[in-house]
Amino acid sequence: MKPLLTVEDLRVSFPTRTGLVEAVRGVSFTLGRERLGIVGESGSGKSQTGRAIMGLTPGHAKITAQKLAFGETDLLKASPKVRRDMRGRQIAMILQDPKYSLNPVMTIGKQIMETLRTHEKISSGAARDRAIAMLEAVQIRDAERVFKLYPHEVSGGMGQRAMIAMMLVCGPELLIADEPTSALDVTVQLEVLSILDKLVADRGMGLILVSHDLRLVSSFCDRVIVMYAGKIVEELPSADLANAKHPYTQGLLNCLPTLGTDRHPLPVLERKKEWAA
Amino acid sequence: MSDIVNSPEFSRRAWLLSDRPATRMQARLGRAYTIWSRFAENRLALIGLGIILALIFVAIFANVLAPYSPVQGDLRNARLMAPNAAHWFGTDDQGRDILSRLVHGSRLTLFVIFLVAIIAAPVGLIIGTVSGYAGGWVDAVLMRITDIFLAFPKLVLALALVAALGPGIENAVLAIAVTSWPPYARIARAETMTFRNSDFISAVKLMGASPFRIVLRHVMPLCLSSLIVRVTLDMAGIILTAAGLGFLGLGAQPPLPEWGAMIASGRRFILDQWWVATVPGIAILIVSLGFNLLGDGLRDALDPKEAGQ
Amino acid sequence: MTSALSVQDMLVTYDGFAALDHVSVEIPPGESFGIVGESGSGKSTLLRAVAGLATFDSGTLSVNGRPYGGKKRDKEFYRAVQMVFQDPYGSLHPRQTVDRLLLEPLVVHGFQDIDARIARALDEVGLGAGFRFRYSHQLSGGQRQRIAIARALIVEPKILLLDEPTSALDASIQAEILNLLEQARKDRNLTFVMVSHDLGVINHMCERLAVMKTGKIVETIPASALRNREFSADYTRQLLIASEGFSRTAS
Repeated sequence: MKPLLTVEDLRVSFPTRTGLVEAVRGVSFTLGRERLGIVGESGSGKSQTGRAIMGLTPGHAKITAQKLAFGETDLLKASPKVRRDMRGRQIAMILQDPKYSLNPVMTIGKQIMETLRTHEKISSGAARDRAIAMLEAVQIRDAERVFKLYPHEVSGGMGQRAMIAMMLVCGPELLIADEPTSALDVTVQLEVLSILDKLVADRGMGLILVSHDLRLVSSFCDRVIVMYAGKIVEELPSADLANAKHPYTQGLLNCLPTLGTDRHPLPVLERKKEWAA
Repeated sequence: MSDIVNSPEFSRRAWLLSDRPATRMQARLGRAYTIWSRFAENRLALIGLGIILALIFVAIFANVLAPYSPVQGDLRNARLMAPNAAHWFGTDDQGRDILSRLVHGSRLTLFVIFLVAIIAAPVGLIIGTVSGYAGGWVDAVLMRITDIFLAFPKLVLALALVAALGPGIENAVLAIAVTSWPPYARIARAETMTFRNSDFISAVKLMGASPFRIVLRHVMPLCLSSLIVRVTLDMAGIILTAAGLGFLGLGAQPPLPEWGAMIASGRRFILDQWWVATVPGIAILIVSLGFNLLGDGLRDALDPKEAGQ
Repeated sequence: MTSALSVQDMLVTYDGFAALDHVSVEIPPGESFGIVGESGSGKSTLLRAVAGLATFDSGTLSVNGRPYGGKKRDKEFYRAVQMVFQDPYGSLHPRQTVDRLLLEPLVVHGFQDIDARIARALDEVGLGAGFRFRYSHQLSGGQRQRIAIARALIVEPKILLLDEPTSALDASIQAEILNLLEQARKDRNLTFVMVSHDLGVINHMCERLAVMKTGKIVETIPASALRNREFSADYTRQLLIASEGFSRTAS
């Protein structure tokens, strides 16, 4: 089966006043129509990996890879116009906080319609119908009412669902979700994740879930990649997480306080220099 | 290779940029150095700084640099002479050397901008921070007072004050200072309001610090950089206002070689002896430009968002 | 025995909306008390009202037996009660060095041996002398939170209010900070009032907890009741299920 996304030796670096910062240092993986989780702490390079695939890295950054391909298209060699076309139509991305990722001066409905009409030639009436249908698909009950609301007038969970609707309305094949539930309350997180789960399964999409929450990612995704200091330190199926081999993964699993465990003091992650080598 | 690493410049720079400063002084110097290197990357800002330093240099050494007296002229022989070898910028209608007048006039220019900055900036800072921090009726009253001053066009208000107080450069300075502080108060207030409710101010409140201490030690230092930038950018306008007052005869009185007054008196001869009015005009242009470039450079170097990175 | 912290029937309204709706809490000295809730539950409002950062419309508040009202607090309160905030990037003054940050509470309260105290405070939170003259933007999130804790502990308070102290930190750093807090509590016999949305953290750090929802306390239970599932409110059950992660069969 042809992989949806092929990443080989991806490197992303930023020139700064104090030297070159290497955010991603040689990441390789393939993605089929499955759910892949990328887990790491801040500074691990997980967000930059997702952005490099989308083509959203800041202009002054340097991106190289032996291969970065979406289906047949070579993402590195593609022109900016081709990449712009792909964004929304073939690859989509959801960000963390709908407060900052939705346009605050446009109604939710208008934003979804804008995404549609950027990629397809349809009338505004047809676009409106599809936007409302999409809002209903993310289980927003009053779709007609929410269509007319501004982002600040809806709760975090609803805003995130609106964001999902906006990103999936053109039917992309790959969705990259960068900490999609980190800004939401615990009970709302599960709702949003189950909506995402259903949509991804129904449409046969590939999903990359980027998060710092190892537990969440392992319960949601089929496969997990653990990143540290710009490199992949472990890659394993979620079911095998308890048998993780790399000390960093084991450390991450152990250091969280949970209801079932009672360890005083909590085991602390001892970072070893060779993990970043 | 080891020579470069062991050279004194490299180790001094490393000391300044060290992320483990050992003393307060080292931390402060390191921070100043970081701001300076950011500033120095901007070629235009350095040119602006150079112009201002040149102005200060000329003002300090005016007595040495000026070839002739700025107030005594040779009425008999040297009236309205075109620029020549003896008088580089020519002479005016009183036979005075224009270059010498220009050089001594730089002192007056510096006097005006320095005093205005010293008076207006602190007043604006205090009123703005108190207003922004206190809120409520204190804020309302102070801002309405500020509005009253802002309602008048600067030059008109300065004119009225000078007319009331009498002509003279000291009164001109006072008048300009009185009209300059309101924008600084507004900037300080806006800055204060952005972090008035932030956690670090709450933390200081929770220590039991008095509002006076909070405003003086914690709020004001944060407003300083925007204020410095704004004051520097305003310098050009202050010079022009002083020149305008001088032009109208309400600022520096003759025979003081204030640049605006020089333009005023040279107005009559502008068609045939253009240098009498034009040369001080160019001097004002260059100094205003210098302050503008310096202010832009300072804004880029002191930008609080950049300061953290 | 007087409670360390006693809140009776506290009401906080903003424009007619009740952020805290007649909330009552009694915390004995030396206890670690947790407050769990989602956004809008009022948990942070409660902490801020106790600290004097928000004013309460009615109800009573007393700390170590002394009553306080509105926003007025005295020096004794500020010596006895300190707070650690959620956002490590917002709780330290952006233009001050660590030395200056730790100096401030000492000067305000009139302590004498300032240098020694600052050095000791840094040591206690696991940061060496090399950190003393760094600016806050030269510190990582975890280091900043350590400084915030050092700042709170340097005046030797008896009660520590903790507003989601580890929510903004990476998981591995969270463990370090929680261990630090626990050690400090043991060493100084402190009373903790800890707010969090994370049941795992509350269960680890606290002996008793209150579950809050939309400004009201739903129930107050010992931490052991949480572990043994011996609680009564439905909402508590929802929170517990949510904390266990995503489950495909349940959706």
